[in-house]
Amino acid sequence: MANKVFHVMYDDDQKLLDAATALVKQGIQVKDVFSPFPVHGLDPIIGVKRTRLAIASFMYATTGTLLAILGTWYFMIHDWPMNIGGKPNFTWIENAPAFVPVMFEFSVFCGAHGMAITYLLRNGTLPGMPASNPDPRTTDDKFVMEIVTEDNHAFSVTDLEEKIRATEVFELSIKDC
Amino acid sequence: MSQDKLQFQLPSQTKMWTTALMAIGGVSALLGWFADKTEHHQYWWAMLLISGFFFFAIALGILFFYALQYAAEVAWSALLKRLFEAIFSYIPYGLAVVVLVLLVGQFHGHHLYHWMDSSVYDPASENYDEVIAGKHAFFTPWFFWLRVVAYAAVFVGFARYFRKWSLQEDAIGGTEIHFKMYKKGATFLVLFAVFSSTMAWDWLMSIDTHWYSTMYGWYIFAGMWVTAMTMATLILVWLRGKGYYAMMTESHIHDMGKWMFAISMLWSYLWFCQYMLIWYSDIPEEITYFKERYDHYMVAMWVIFFVNFAVPFYSLIARDAKRNTKYLTRVGVIILIGHFADLYLAVIPGTIHGHLLWGFGEGHHASFGWWFEIGMLLGFLGLFLRVVLTTLTKAPLVPKNHPFLQESENHHI
Repeated sequence: MANKVFHVMYDDDQKLLDAATALVKQGIQVKDVFSPFPVHGLDPIIGVKRTRLAIASFMYATTGTLLAILGTWYFMIHDWPMNIGGKPNFTWIENAPAFVPVMFEFSVFCGAHGMAITYLLRNGTLPGMPASNPDPRTTDDKFVMEIVTEDNHAFSVTDLEEKIRATEVFELSIKDC
Repeated sequence: MSQDKLQFQLPSQTKMWTTALMAIGGVSALLGWFADKTEHHQYWWAMLLISGFFFFAIALGILFFYALQYAAEVAWSALLKRLFEAIFSYIPYGLAVVVLVLLVGQFHGHHLYHWMDSSVYDPASENYDEVIAGKHAFFTPWFFWLRVVAYAAVFVGFARYFRKWSLQEDAIGGTEIHFKMYKKGATFLVLFAVFSSTMAWDWLMSIDTHWYSTMYGWYIFAGMWVTAMTMATLILVWLRGKGYYAMMTESHIHDMGKWMFAISMLWSYLWFCQYMLIWYSDIPEEITYFKERYDHYMVAMWVIFFVNFAVPFYSLIARDAKRNTKYLTRVGVIILIGHFADLYLAVIPGTIHGHLLWGFGEGHHASFGWWFEIGMLLGFLGLFLRVVLTTLTKAPLVPKNHPFLQESENHHI
């Protein structure tokens, strides 16, 4: 039997949440959900793991801080000592307060850009990447839940379809995959 | 929601240890008075100002936060309303201590406030101080005391009326009182915006009379706000440990943790801005404040800055840290101690300059380790907690007719 993929469309986020709760309760595994906005409370229902994006962002920002320290030391102290306002310019530490704004800004810069690029890469949504959502209406006002038979061997295709149709479905498409 | 836990009862054990703390404070104050060898017991009065202002600032910070919740129509914190009311009920007590210090200063019982000596304005006197004389209009006794009365009237008045209306809302219901408090909350914020700064100038910045900084009011305000949020979180965690506020979820704790984290960063930002601008421009009239601290308290100054900045930053940045009450309590205690030390360093160098010997040895301030300072802190902590917890017993823990109550109960992040 060929594997099949169900694309179950809902027209309201609450209906989607109710359907996901009901299906998961019956032991059906939801592969993914495509929605125009983050649906509050959906992740724990369909078993999406907590994102590690925050940890990545922290590491990017720390890298930024270290790079800024290295940069300020190299440009302002080591390579070409700068005398600004008569401040001592022989050691980095004596000048540190003046470098703090740069360190702060560069940490934020690296943290924010690193996080945004990681996010786009991980989602496969960098500019120019092919769209992977099953229906363009999920970028407007519809929600699509993807369920594949591969994850749900305990159920037959007709059984799955019956259970899915029991929720408040807006549109259902079943394809081979 | 179980009905029996909606009314807070003060456990006799708590009564005992708050009384014990107050007794420790009383004994330390008494012994400290005799052990203090500074002129006019300067150090003793400075310590009274620090401990008095620290807890007054916590109560005032919560009053500000309470008004902010109304003005910004915040829903998640509606469940916590009674706790905030209990905390700001301490305002009159804290204010009384500060005003006592000011009054004694005005009648020359001590010289914390150099400008209270009228001879510094007199060109014929040998005490004449040109810089202070230039600020005479601002420091004229009638104007100064007018300001004190205005602060007291606004802070105590708003605190009393907020509490009164809140209890009225329980009895009457409807949304009329809510909208009244929304308007009064916004009015309070306008007054507080001015008074929080001028109050900091009057009572703290004026100790270093020759110096001024436009960041100072904000810096004191940020310290006030972060200690207020931290203290509220600690009391909340304690109450939850006793079985109260069971309807609250981790999300509420998480939000309180976010405030502790965020306002610690605000404080660090303001502290550093004030420091860096003065360090960079290096003008004699501006650096006096930091010169005093650099000469005698340099290690303490940097340790306090890094504790108050780095500890909350690294330990509260993670989501799980803000949802773990045990962890949050430990960090909260460090924040409170850090900010007490910060207030200490804002007051002490201007009052006794380099005469403080760190904890031991022969000095002008005598050799009494740290028991006096810690005793004063504990004594006022006991008084503060006793007043707050006693007020908490006087009304149900959760308001009845607050329009945002349900939203607060369903708060989820």
